[in-house]
Amino acid sequence: MNPTNLLSQILEWMPFVLQGFALNILMSLLAIAIGTMFGTFLGLGQLSPGWIIGAPSKLATQLFRNAPWLVLLFYCIFLMPYQINVGGISIQLPSWLRATIGFSFPVAANFSEIVRGAVKSVPRGQWEAAEALGYSRRSTLFRIILPQCITRMIPPWMNLYALLLTATPLSMIVGVEEALGRTQAAVQAQSDSRVLIPMYLALLAMFFLYTWPINRLSLLLERRFRTK
Amino acid sequence: MITDIQTFFRELAASGVNLTIFYDAFDFDRFVTGLGNTLLLILASSFFSIVIGAAGAAVLTLSKGPAAAVVRGYVAVFRNTPLLVQMYFFYFAVGSIMPVGQNEIGLPQPLIGSFAWAVISLSLYSGAFNVETFRAGVGAVHSSYEEAALALGYNRRQAFFSVTVPLALRFSFASLANNLVDLTKATTVAYAVGVAELLYVSNQIWSDSLNTIEMMNVMLLIYLVLTGAVVFIINRVEAAMRLPGFGLGDGQ
Repeated sequence: MNPTNLLSQILEWMPFVLQGFALNILMSLLAIAIGTMFGTFLGLGQLSPGWIIGAPSKLATQLFRNAPWLVLLFYCIFLMPYQINVGGISIQLPSWLRATIGFSFPVAANFSEIVRGAVKSVPRGQWEAAEALGYSRRSTLFRIILPQCITRMIPPWMNLYALLLTATPLSMIVGVEEALGRTQAAVQAQSDSRVLIPMYLALLAMFFLYTWPINRLSLLLERRFRTK
Repeated sequence: MITDIQTFFRELAASGVNLTIFYDAFDFDRFVTGLGNTLLLILASSFFSIVIGAAGAAVLTLSKGPAAAVVRGYVAVFRNTPLLVQMYFFYFAVGSIMPVGQNEIGLPQPLIGSFAWAVISLSLYSGAFNVETFRAGVGAVHSSYEEAALALGYNRRQAFFSVTVPLALRFSFASLANNLVDLTKATTVAYAVGVAELLYVSNQIWSDSLNTIEMMNVMLLIYLVLTGAVVFIINRVEAAMRLPGFGLGDGQ
C-alpha cells in the first residue's frame, strides 16, 4: 500500500475519533460547571472563621486535591448506582456521566484552592478599610473582595479547565467510549501496524489544538491583569 | 505478633470489613509488589523529570537559538496533551517500531517494557512542567546577583551555574513540590499500560476477593500518605538549603 492510501485510510477513521473527542469536550464542560459550582462553596467555606464550616471544607479540599484523578474515577464508576430514582422516575447514569461526576471532585477541590488563593491575595488593608466603613464581614467579602477576585481567578480557572480536558481520556480505562478509546478501536479494526503512529499523533494533535490556545489565552490574561 | 494481626483482620473480615491484604499471604505479596512498583515509579520519574527540567531551563536561559525553540516546543506539546495519550503513543505506537529481543526461553520480548515506557512518559510529562518551574525560578533571581558575579570576573556561564542556579533552586521548591505531587498522582496512569503498580494490584485483589470498597479506601489512604511524604521531603530539603536572610521565609 502506498502513502496516499494510508492517509486516506486514516482520514476515513477521523470522523469516528472526532465524535469521541466531542464526548471528551462534553464531559469536560459538564465537569468544569459542576466543579466550579461546588468549588466556590468549598472555597468560601475554607475562608470561614468558624471551624464547623471551615474544617470540613479544608478537609474535603485537601482530600480531593491530593487523591489521584484515576482513583476518584474508580470510586465513582464502581460505587455509584447505575440508575437513581427521583420521585418515582428512574434516571439512568451511563458510565460517561458517572465519569464526569468523578472528574468534578478534583475540579471542585482545585477551584476551592483558586478561590481561597484569590481572596487571600487581596491586601489585608482592604478588609480593615471596609470594617472601618462599617461593612459586615459578609458584605465585605461579597461587595468588595470577591469582585476584585474574579479577574484574578480567570487565568488559573482556564488552566484548570485545560488540565481537566487532558484528564478526560482517563475515563477510557473505565470503559467510556471517548477519543482515546475510539482511536484504539480504530487501530484494532484496521489491523495494520503502520497506522499506529499517525493515528496516535492525530489524537495528540486534536488535544493540542484544543488545549494550547486555552493555555496561551490564560497566560495573556494573567499578564494583562497583573500589570496595573 | 503476626498471627495476632492476621487473626484480628480475619475477625474483622467476618464482621464485614474484608482486608485480605493483612491476613492473606498471596494478597499481601501482591500488594507489597504494587506498592514497591509505585515507589519505584515515583523515584525514577522524579529523578529523570528533574534532570529534564533542569536541562531544559538551562537551555532556555543560556541560548536563544534553535535549541531554545526545541525546548519550548517540547514543553508546549507535553503540557497540552493528555498523559494517558502520550503513554499510549509511546507504548503502542513507538513501541511497535522498537527492536524486539528474546527472553531466556526464546519468546520475543520488547527491549523496552511497560515499566520503562511508563517511566519515560511520566518523566517527559512531568519534565515539561519542571522546565517551567526552574525557568520561573531563574527569572525570580534578581539580575543584580548576576551582575555582581560578572563584576567579580565570572563569565556568563560561570555566573549562571555558580550564582544564579543555586539561588533559583531555592525559589523553585514550592512549585517543584507541586509538580512532584502531581507526578505521584500521575503514576496511577501507568495502570493503563499494565505496570503492576498500586492501582493495578488493588484492582486484581478486589476482583479476586470482592472487597472493592475496602481496597479503594486503603489505596486512597496510601496515596494521601505518599503525596504527604513528597511534600514533607521537599520541605525538609528546602529547610536544609535555606540561606539566612534570603528567600521568602526570612526577608518579608
